[in-house]
Formats: sequence, C-alpha cells, structure tokens
Amino acid sequence: MSAERPGPAPENAVRGLAYEEPLSIERSRPGRIGWSLPELDVPAVDPADVWPEGSVRSEPAELPELSEVEVVRHFTRLSTWNAAVDLGLYPLGSCTMKYNPKINERAARLDGFAGCHPMQPPSEAQGFLQLCWELEQMLAEISGMDRVTLQPAAGAQGELAGVMMIRAYHEHRGEKRHKILIPESAHGTNPASAALNGYDVVPVPGGSDGVLHPEAVDALMDETVAGLMLTNPNTLGLFEEHIVAIAEIVHSRGGLIYGDGANLNALLGIARPGDLGIDVMHFNLHKTFSTPHGGGGPGSGPVGVKNILATYLPTPVIQKVEGEEGDCFTLDHEFPHSIGRLHGNLGNLGMAVRAWTYIRSLGREGLRRCSDMAVLNANYLLARLRESYHVPFDRAVMHEVVFSDRNLAETGVTTLDVAKRLIDHGYHPPTIYFPLIVHGALMIEPTESESMEGLDRFVESLEAIAREAKEDPETVKTAPHHTRHTRLDETRAARKPVLRW
Amino acid sequence: MRYIPHTEEDVRHMLGVIGASDIDALLAAVPKKLRLGRPLDLPEATSEQTLSRELHAMAERNANPATHDWFLGAGTYAHFTPSAVDALASRAEFYTAYTPYQPEISQGTLQVVFEWQSMVSELVGLPVANASMYDGASATAEAALMAMRVTRRDRIVLADGLHPHYRDVLATYVGGLGAEVVTGERAADGRAAPLGSLVDDRTACVILQQPGFLGSVQDVRAIAEEAHAHGALLIVTTTEALSLALLEAPGKMGTDIVCGEAQSFGVPMSFGGPHLGFLATAQKFLRQLPGRLVGETVDTEGRRGYVLTLSTREQHIRRERATSNICTNQGLCLLLATIYLSLHGKVGLRKLAEANLAKAEYAKARVRATPGLSLPFPAATFNEFVVGLSEPADLVLARAAEAKLIAGLDLAPYASDLGPALLVCTTELASREAIDRLVGLLAGEAS
Repeated sequence: MSAERPGPAPENAVRGLAYEEPLSIERSRPGRIGWSLPELDVPAVDPADVWPEGSVRSEPAELPELSEVEVVRHFTRLSTWNAAVDLGLYPLGSCTMKYNPKINERAARLDGFAGCHPMQPPSEAQGFLQLCWELEQMLAEISGMDRVTLQPAAGAQGELAGVMMIRAYHEHRGEKRHKILIPESAHGTNPASAALNGYDVVPVPGGSDGVLHPEAVDALMDETVAGLMLTNPNTLGLFEEHIVAIAEIVHSRGGLIYGDGANLNALLGIARPGDLGIDVMHFNLHKTFSTPHGGGGPGSGPVGVKNILATYLPTPVIQKVEGEEGDCFTLDHEFPHSIGRLHGNLGNLGMAVRAWTYIRSLGREGLRRCSDMAVLNANYLLARLRESYHVPFDRAVMHEVVFSDRNLAETGVTTLDVAKRLIDHGYHPPTIYFPLIVHGALMIEPTESESMEGLDRFVESLEAIAREAKEDPETVKTAPHHTRHTRLDETRAARKPVLRW
Repeated sequence: MRYIPHTEEDVRHMLGVIGASDIDALLAAVPKKLRLGRPLDLPEATSEQTLSRELHAMAERNANPATHDWFLGAGTYAHFTPSAVDALASRAEFYTAYTPYQPEISQGTLQVVFEWQSMVSELVGLPVANASMYDGASATAEAALMAMRVTRRDRIVLADGLHPHYRDVLATYVGGLGAEVVTGERAADGRAAPLGSLVDDRTACVILQQPGFLGSVQDVRAIAEEAHAHGALLIVTTTEALSLALLEAPGKMGTDIVCGEAQSFGVPMSFGGPHLGFLATAQKFLRQLPGRLVGETVDTEGRRGYVLTLSTREQHIRRERATSNICTNQGLCLLLATIYLSLHGKVGLRKLAEANLAKAEYAKARVRATPGLSLPFPAATFNEFVVGLSEPADLVLARAAEAKLIAGLDLAPYASDLGPALLVCTTELASREAIDRLVGLLAGEAS
C-alpha cells in the first residue's frame, strides 16, 4: 500500500456502537487462520514433484490472515454501513426494491437445491427441473407469452438474448435489417444490448404527454428496422397506452417488439405484455419476483417469447415428458435455429427457487394485490408531493413516479442535494437523473411493501427538505450530515484510480 | 397477505387523498380492452408451512454432496464452505441492498467489493480487477469483446481445452459482431497444441483455459509467446479458481486478461448459478474493462471511503457506446467469496489447493493400478483428470448413482475420440474411502 494514501480511521467506535473497520488486509497477522482443514487422509504431494518447472506459484497470493472471530466482526461491522430494504424504504425507481421474503432464502439453501450440480444426470435432478419448468409456465401465464427460458443471468442478458432472437428471426427469413428503435426514456441497457447485436440504435422521441405516439414510430419504421424495444409502463411510470397501435405499425412492416420487463411489477394480473403485441420480453426476478438485489446482483433475467420466436430459444430447453409412471423432465439440446447458449450453465437458478417460492406464496390474488398496492402507493406519493416538487408529466402513474428539481431552481439546490439530504432522514434516495429526458429527475418507486404511515413519513421528509432548500440551502447542499462519511470525492476516484489495496 | 401492509381502511384513505373512487380508477391509463379481465391462471396462495413441506419434497429429489459421494466438476465444483460464510452473507444489510449508487450509505458493500477486487488482483497477478461478471462463461466472452476493442481486430483463437459451454457462450456473444472464431488442436499429452499459423495479424486474442477442460495444466508461457508474436492479447480463463492458489499467477506469465469462474470460493453450486465471473487486466486496458469498478477516495473531511468509479465506460452513461451492456454484477456471490477467502487466508488457501492436488494424485495412482481403467493423458493436472473406461460411461455413471456416488462427467458428447471416458474431480470433500469406492465402481465392481 502506498504511503500517501489515507489510513483507516483510528478509533474503534466513534458514536457508541457505530464502529470503524479497516480493510481486512490491515487487520492481517501472520499465523492467524479462520478455517480448519481436516487431516489429510492421502499422501501429501509437493506440486513441484508432479508439475512442470515454472508451473508452481512462485509467491503466495497476499490474502489477509485472520481468525474466524475477526472475519465475523469485520463483515458484521461492514454490514452496518449499508442502507437496505430490511432497514427501511429504499425507493430506487425502476429497481423495485420490494421486501425479500425469508422463506425464499431458506428454500434456496436446502441441500437439494443449493448442492445440485448443473451437469449431474437429469434423472438425479428431477425436483429442480420440475421447479424450473413450473416457474417457466407461471411466468408465461403472468406475461401472456408462449414459452419462457430461465437461462439469462440478468435483465441485460435477457435483453441481449431477446434481441438475438429478433435478429435470428430476420436472418432466418433472409432479411437484412440493421436498425433498432428505442425510446429516449429507455434504460441504458436497451441500446447497449442492441449494439452488441451489431444494430444501429435509432432513438424515438416521446410525446409531450410522456408516452410514445404511433406517429413517431410510423415516421421511423421501415424495412431496415428489425424492431422496437419498449418498456411498459415506461420509465416515467406511465402506461404506454398506444402500444397496440404502435405494435400494429411495427408488425405490419415486418418488425418485432421487445418488451423490457423491468416495470412488470405494475401489471401483475392487470394486463399482460403478450396480449399487448409484445413478441419477446425479459423478466427481472430480482425486481418483480422478490429475489434479493444482493448489493448489486445477482439478477436473473428469464425471457418469454411468442411461438414465432420459440425456435430460436437459447439451449438447452427444459422439456416435460409425460409418462405412465408420472412426468419426467429433460434437457433438450436439439434446437437447430437456437441462438445458442448464453450462460455457462442453465441460468441463475438459485434465484428461480426464490421466485417460484414467491409466486406460490402469493398466489394469483396476491400477485394482483402487489400491483394494485404498488400503483396505489406511487399515486399516493404523487398526490401528496405534487405541491412540493415539480411533476414533469402530471397524470395518473402506474408503479413509479418522476419528480424534478425545477421548483427548487432559485435556491440552487439540485436533485443530488435532495437525495443526499434524504439520507439524513434515514432514507435511501430514489433513482436520480434518470430518465434522461427529465432534467434533474427524482424517480421514486415505493413498491407495495411500504405502509401508508411509512409513506407519510417519507413525504414529510421530502416536504421538510423542500422547505429547508428555501430557508437554509447550504445545509441541503452539504448533506448528508449524519452518516459515517460526508460526500465522497468521485472526481478524485476517477482521476487517479486506486482499485485495490 | 403477509408481505403487503395495507389495510382496507388504509386503501380507502389513500384513494381519498388521491381523489380516486377505487383502484380500478387508478388504472384508467390501461385501456379496458387491454386488460386481462380474469384472474391469472395460477395456484392459490400457499401458507409458509405448506410450501415448506412441498419445497423439501422437491429438494429431496435432487442428488447433492450431502446425499452422494461427489466426483463431478467440469466447471462447477463441490467444495466445503465454512459456516461463517453463509452466516455473514445472510446479513440482510448486505443482501437486501442494491448497487451502491449512494456511497455514503453503501460503504459496507463498497468496501467488500474493493477487498474482492484486491484479492482477485493478488490471485491472478494483474493490477486491475472488476467487481464481477455473471459467470465464467460470460466473463470469457466479455474478455474476448474487450480484446477486440483493444486491438481493433476480429479473429479469436481458442487454444484447445476451453470448456465447451464457454466456447458456446462466446460464439453466441460475438455472433452479431462478425467475429471469426477458430479452435486449436489437442496435443497427445492432453495439453493445448502449439497454435502455429492459427494466430495471425488479424487475431485479437488467444483464449487459453488453465487448467484445461480435461484437467491438463497448460503451458501458459508458450501460448503467450505465440499470441504476442502477432500482436494478439492472451486471455487466460479458469473454471476452477482454487487452482490459482497453487499454479503460477497467469499475470506473471505474460497474460493480458485473466478471467473465469470463482464459484469454488464458497458459492453454492445451485444447479449452475448464480456463480461468480471475474475479470482482471493490466492498467493500460483499464478504460476498455466491462462491468462495475470500485475505487478508493476521501470524503469532504478527508476520511477514506469507496465509490463506484470510471462509470463513463458503462451502459447507464454511455448507452450504445458502452464497453458492455452489463448492469447487475454478482454482488452477493462476491461477498461469499470475499468472506471465504478472508477465512482461508494466504496460507489456508494454498493448503486447501494442495489437499485437492493430493486427492487427485492418490485417485490417479489408484486408477493407474487398476486393470480396465486408464489415464489417457500424461500431462500434469490439478484436481480433475480423465479416466478411460472399458465399458460405456453412461452405464458406469448409472451404476455409481445407484450406489449414491456421482462419478464424474461422461465425455462422450465432448471428446468422443477418447472412447468411453469420464472427467473425474476430487476436491477436499473426497475421502480416501470414497475415492477407493469410486475406483472400484469404475472398474466394474458392485458397490
């Protein structure tokens, strides 16, 4: 470690139980260990005796040497520095930070799920294959799609898979189309996934009412366009009400429609993408279906397709074979038009166990209730905050709502400042500066997990910050004040990157 | 509905504040004719108690290392995980948080990622590692894309021994970009043969798996020379990250990008995912790196802290010009691995790797001494190797499974030239007694 870098904070604890904690390597002492290897029951082997010269590691990797107690304290202390759904409202827009049920975690840790190997004979994994097949069926019913694959590891890989299937469809028909239409409000993964397929991205402007209009698509849609990627509800939380007319335009000129399922939590049991003209879509199990966000992942991004695209699904495909002695589940590798394999194995199936458990816990009525309450919560925030914060598109929203910092312009307080001040009130900030089409966007997705009183407290905090921005802007601009750290210098981090100890 | 707090009275009050008569009125933006208009055709809600029973019954129908002796690896490895790993990763402050966009309240996650990046960097011998990739296969594909950006070339040479699934994923990833993928030969000793004219001045990278899919310890330096002679990058990928504790660090042998799968470090097999892809490189290629990166900085009071950094490479800023479309990383899995590596430490990890090697050498000696079994390749191995059989592998696997032993991978679909053969893996979980039983079953003894 270089000498000019800042050292760890010196104190054990600065405010009662608010602990400091250095890097693990700074706690390391030669000779300590946090684990015990059983006695070796075979002859020991010196690798230098059995490996070619120069193959054996010349210097050991400098990993920390710690006792189990120290490791436990280290990570337990670090955990206390995080905001988390289990601590309170985490209203990141488009991320659907809903409650992650505990039974899901227990289920995924059962030996028969957690210990199952992806290449063991299918006959030795019938329970897991059945669960996966059932989850595919349930996701198909929820979305109105015909077939589902669980293989994509995350939403972005699902997009990649979906756009690949669109490309395969056109290539199979001998058509060369090189463009994809993407609304300006789309998530950044949409254009990035299209580009990985070699497509040129053509942005589609939204209307002044915040939704996409058929005329805008009509003007751009021709035989060079492979398809349109659409998020519904869109990232403003607005339902794309012209979707059927838009789908007709795209389909009539030979294109297909990709549905970004990031916002599916608004639609469960209300409307199904497959009934709205969507040909292929992904699901985010870590958003809609309650699998944990894990501090950044893993996600899981199953993809649903209509029958016209089923022949292009990634392989292997899970099949149910009905037999006299009951059903059996197999892995089918024979898909000659498949886009191929996307995942080293069958997908992030530990997340499939959690999602299956979630859907079965809630059942059909419960899923519908999720969307109803998610929509109610978002509209309640809109109604209560409309006076304090500017609403760029003021109409009934679905599961999320976007405000901006325009009302605060005179105070010099920006969206970033509001977000940082919310931290002092005990909240994780909403998504900020997205969607890009709204200047200073504050994108709030409360999810169905939040109670009315919880939302009331959140509203009071946001109102207090709006008042404070006028009366004492400096306090807002220098927030947060009650955290372990004040604002961190992101410019310094990028200018001289220090990426390891 | 235990996950949803709203009472009917709450709903009425909230609707009143909004000025809507009922929930249906809130959904006015969804035209009536577009609505489903019926309940979803799904099962009714199920109580936790009932569902737990059902889940246990489903789980019991899957073989796993708690029910069977385990010799199947092939890219996913059954290792022992200390209790502290899952206990700590089960802290909800970790697993119910998301990407640390707000560093002031995400220092726990950020410091863990920084420690993970440091450990990967140490293990592979290169200075820069990212926060993780989906899995080893996509990490390898992303490494190839990165090499294409760096070199502005579009030919990818695969040295023999790349995991067939990694090869498939790579083909899927580069399929839309017009890249050419060619594959080298296997030498008689089981290692990758020299690549010769396969590497040319259009070659962006050579990809070498270490150890190879069939277990052989590869000659990294020789392949590096061949790649560099034509200005191509060398990518070394591994499916068994534990081997890094004992094999020379690829970064010290001329490798430009090291990537692979770190599931072995405390991540459950979970039928194939979520696992833990990693990717590391030299400082000079930093700006072409895909995925999240955490860097050190200070706050306004000069206190050390960590932030996501260099995000102008990423899709949420750069959109279609990003280095990758990746958004989520494998945060929870890298947490497991960071805890796992902290417990094992500098000395423990090497001891564990030595135990894996010792088990494999013992098993190979037993195989060598058993009539009807053979070791087709003389090349050195780590914890995985090929066993030649004298009867079809599927019969042997079935016989072993009856005896509660998962004997390995049938190589017929992957290396049919070998005749009947199994890829066998011995981790620290394999007891001497289990290895003896395995060898007996492979040789045709009844259990």
